[in-house]
Amino acid sequence: MAKVGLVVISHSRPLAEAAVELARQMLPGREQAIEVAAGTDDGGLGTDAVAVSEAITAADSGDGVVVLMDLGSAVMSAETALELLDDDVRERVLLSPAPLVEGLIGAAVVAAGGADRDRVAAEALLGLAPKQAHLA
Amino acid sequence: MGDLSVADAVGTAGLTAWVHEYARAIAEHREELTELDSAIGDADHGSNMDRGMTAAVAALEATPPADAAALLKTVAMTMISKVGGTSGPLYGTLFLRMSGAFGDGSPTAFAAAFRAGIEGVVARGKAEAGDKTMLDALLPAADALTEAVGAGQPLDAALRAAADAAARGRDSVTPSVARKGRASYLGERSAGHVDPGAASAVLLVEAAAATLPGAGS
Repeated sequence: MAKVGLVVISHSRPLAEAAVELARQMLPGREQAIEVAAGTDDGGLGTDAVAVSEAITAADSGDGVVVLMDLGSAVMSAETALELLDDDVRERVLLSPAPLVEGLIGAAVVAAGGADRDRVAAEALLGLAPKQAHLA
Repeated sequence: MGDLSVADAVGTAGLTAWVHEYARAIAEHREELTELDSAIGDADHGSNMDRGMTAAVAALEATPPADAAALLKTVAMTMISKVGGTSGPLYGTLFLRMSGAFGDGSPTAFAAAFRAGIEGVVARGKAEAGDKTMLDALLPAADALTEAVGAGQPLDAALRAAADAAARGRDSVTPSVARKGRASYLGERSAGHVDPGAASAVLLVEAAAATLPGAGS
């Protein structure tokens, strides 16, 4: 059973923590690594690629990491963080273009169930499907 | 090649002066940059850059770097970590790639390192000339610098030409519609506004022109 770690990057720490809280609601009593890199260190809005690289390292147990992010600098900080990682860790990391909240919830459920990295990433990308189907 | 005067070699003294001058200029233009960004972005460019450059100066003072490459890397890592907005990864990558490419500090080597830094910005931001970004100032600056040092001009004249080219590049895209970043959400409404990233990039090249020539190595 794989243990894929998740990382949430947001401009806002409250936004990231609330997204994690929503996702953990789907995982009662289950272990799942979800690390947050969000906000500036003075409590403002922003992203920090060094913090992202540390969050990836903390979430990585060797089975891969899927990173979800909001927009703008979160995306570039995620890419910059990859440059700061060791080659072997970098290869295990996948940056997901999935929507942050919906993608995280989908990813968390299958990651906690032991899915491998690519399966977790695929589930994140399907995060919008239930809402799209309902509103169609 | 003509004789290279010692005053034209760029080393830690010149780079330190450059970083300090850029931090000073950013602080001076902080409100103006944020105002430009409030017109077409998320109103944080001046404060973000000021936070990053203030931290970069503090980092250099806390641990004086051993050489030019280490100095540029310290600036890069500080900006990547402290700026908070997109300019952090972009300027951070510029300094990081300059650090990796920094040669003997001759004008030719400096121009090559500067270009390597800007190619890093291109790779990181996936923007092109005309997208109304910092690259519209930086790409013409790199071209002017390369051309001037290639023609054997001294560093002060070459950096002056680069700074002038940067300013012309910034102004050339003011009428354009932004195609990258937060400003792109505004579409046509971004036309007629000075791009804040191009404005801060002009300050970077102006700071280089003001400090690097004759600073010693």
